[in-house]
Amino acid sequence: MIQVMYFAWVRERIGLPREKVETSAGTVRDLVEELAAREARYAAAFADLSALRVALDQELADFDAPLDGVREVAFFPPMTGG
Amino acid sequence: MTVRVQEETFDIGAEAGAFAVRAGGQAGAVVTFTGVVRDRPGGGLREMVIEHYPGMTERALSSIEAEAVSRWALTDSLIIHRFGPLAPGDQIMMVATAAPHRADAFAAAEYLMDYLKSRAPFWKKEIAADGAEWVAARDEDEAALHRW
Repeated sequence: MIQVMYFAWVRERIGLPREKVETSAGTVRDLVEELAAREARYAAAFADLSALRVALDQELADFDAPLDGVREVAFFPPMTGG
Repeated sequence: MTVRVQEETFDIGAEAGAFAVRAGGQAGAVVTFTGVVRDRPGGGLREMVIEHYPGMTERALSSIEAEAVSRWALTDSLIIHRFGPLAPGDQIMMVATAAPHRADAFAAAEYLMDYLKSRAPFWKKEIAADGAEWVAARDEDEAALHRW
């Protein structure tokens, strides 16, 4: 069971801030494919991965990163702090 | 070294003053920078809402700060970043650096700013009379990281 979190327009598009996901996905990309196949709102949010960033257990990662042992995955647009 | 992520506002003068006092006699230079919510050129911005990722935000800011401390001879540093709804003119964030010499204090402050713009999990949404939109990350901000 992985906690999946969404921020900013990803959260708005999917319509929820977080959810528990039962998955056997090996990498972030595999998880994205599973989520995108669920419903149109997920497919819309994940349509362009170049517009998204991902963090694994609160550290930035890339879409090919393995999910072994990961408890928290977050998807969000490029950050705009400062 | 201090990182604060908070919804409430802060007093720029009081923060800068306390930081300078804390820096003490070892610091010959104290640099502070404050980021402010900018209205649109013709006005009309009602609110800027800042969303963040509690937990990761503090970790990212602490790691950016630790990197600055390892690169420059800092005696102290401070990052304050707000979240929640802000109005034009409100301060969003502040960094302060203290070092024996000003070159280190200035460079470290710029480094902190560059990194927290693109590597700390904050997202800005502008609410105006004609609608709301998420502020897009700028290529220049990403490019600015390459100079370090």
